[in-house]
Amino acid sequence: MDETPSQTVGPFLSIGLTWPDGHLVVPEGTPGAVRISGTLTDGAGEPVADGLVETWQVGADGRPDPTAGFGRCATGPDGTWEVRTVKPGALGDGQAPHVDVSVFARGLLDRVVTRIYFPDEAAANAADPLLAALPPDRAATLVAVDAGPGELRFDVRLQGAHETVFLAL
Amino acid sequence: MTYRPPAAGTHPPLSAPGYRSTALRAPSHAPVVLPQGLTELTGPALRGPVGPSDDDLTRQHAGEPIGQRIVVFGRVLDGDGRAVPDSLVEIWQANAAGRYAHARDTWPAPLDPNFTGGGRVVTGADGGYSFTTIRPGAYPWGNHHNAWRPAHIHFSLFGRAFPQRLVTQMYFPDDPLLAHDPIVNSVPDERARMRMVSAFDLDATRPEWALAYRFDIVLRGGAATPFEEPHG
Ligand SMILES: [Fe+2]
Repeated sequence: MDETPSQTVGPFLSIGLTWPDGHLVVPEGTPGAVRISGTLTDGAGEPVADGLVETWQVGADGRPDPTAGFGRCATGPDGTWEVRTVKPGALGDGQAPHVDVSVFARGLLDRVVTRIYFPDEAAANAADPLLAALPPDRAATLVAVDAGPGELRFDVRLQGAHETVFLAL
Repeated sequence: MTYRPPAAGTHPPLSAPGYRSTALRAPSHAPVVLPQGLTELTGPALRGPVGPSDDDLTRQHAGEPIGQRIVVFGRVLDGDGRAVPDSLVEIWQANAAGRYAHARDTWPAPLDPNFTGGGRVVTGADGGYSFTTIRPGAYPWGNHHNAWRPAHIHFSLFGRAFPQRLVTQMYFPDDPLLAHDPIVNSVPDERARMRMVSAFDLDATRPEWALAYRFDIVLRGGAATPFEEPHG
């Protein structure tokens, strides 16, 4: 059967696509939890205030759990978003620990997909097939930045200087 | 099993000159192909949060919203024709006057105190879903001179795995605005565009109550991985 095409979420996605604790991949107070936050910006460096960031990942044990592992956060007026989660475990297939990300916004006719890697996994990141195949400055856009205890920063730049690497599945 | 790439012409290119907001938001680099691993071959099985009136947008307030009452229903399938059961479907839409209940929608059409415009259901065993709502109005959007969006309902679907995630819009048959809309026309293939247009269904129309529109949604289908293909 032939697929239904994608269309933009438009500017009013928050009516349909948000819920209050959507950013909590794990409950507040979970031991080892980390807050991943960032800003979504456009090709002029301006914040995207009407976007949505979704995350999907395996658990800390490296296994997928369909009832957990999903997060979503609409961007605020300043383009910022956050999820609270735990670092996913290694899959054992040579890939470094990673979180898959979808970004939706007005002006995006289809979602864009990217990945968050972790800064404390230098050896695993160096051996990761996706990161290793990218020029170093491009690969760096996929690795979150350490922002203090339990805090990581991951900015998504849709276009322009230091544009985030986006993925085709 | 992995998920087949979409057929050419099905999904819009991210850069579409007729849709002005793509100019600063479409990435300039081509996407990097990522082989599907465990993270991509799985996904969330969301069953909520779904409240008691989330499938009936006409019963979310003290009174009924103004507008033509309609039933929007259909099945969620994958590209191999298999039903996608137990999967969250989310919708949002403007009211009958074409106004969204959103702080940033400022065009001067009336708000309806009895209509918010958001709905959620989980698909049944056959992939079926159904919403009761009112037909949304068209609205102007400033993309170009005299630009009006055709009446539409936004749909969000998860499928079974990350590659099947889809956000789309459902349109109404015989809407004269469809031919003029850069968002509809961003889809290159005309037959693919028509798959976003619902069908009026007299059999499903509820006598003395509501017109029915059928909208089946097809997500990406699977393909055998090379090592699963028969040899020879
Ligand atoms: Fe809309």
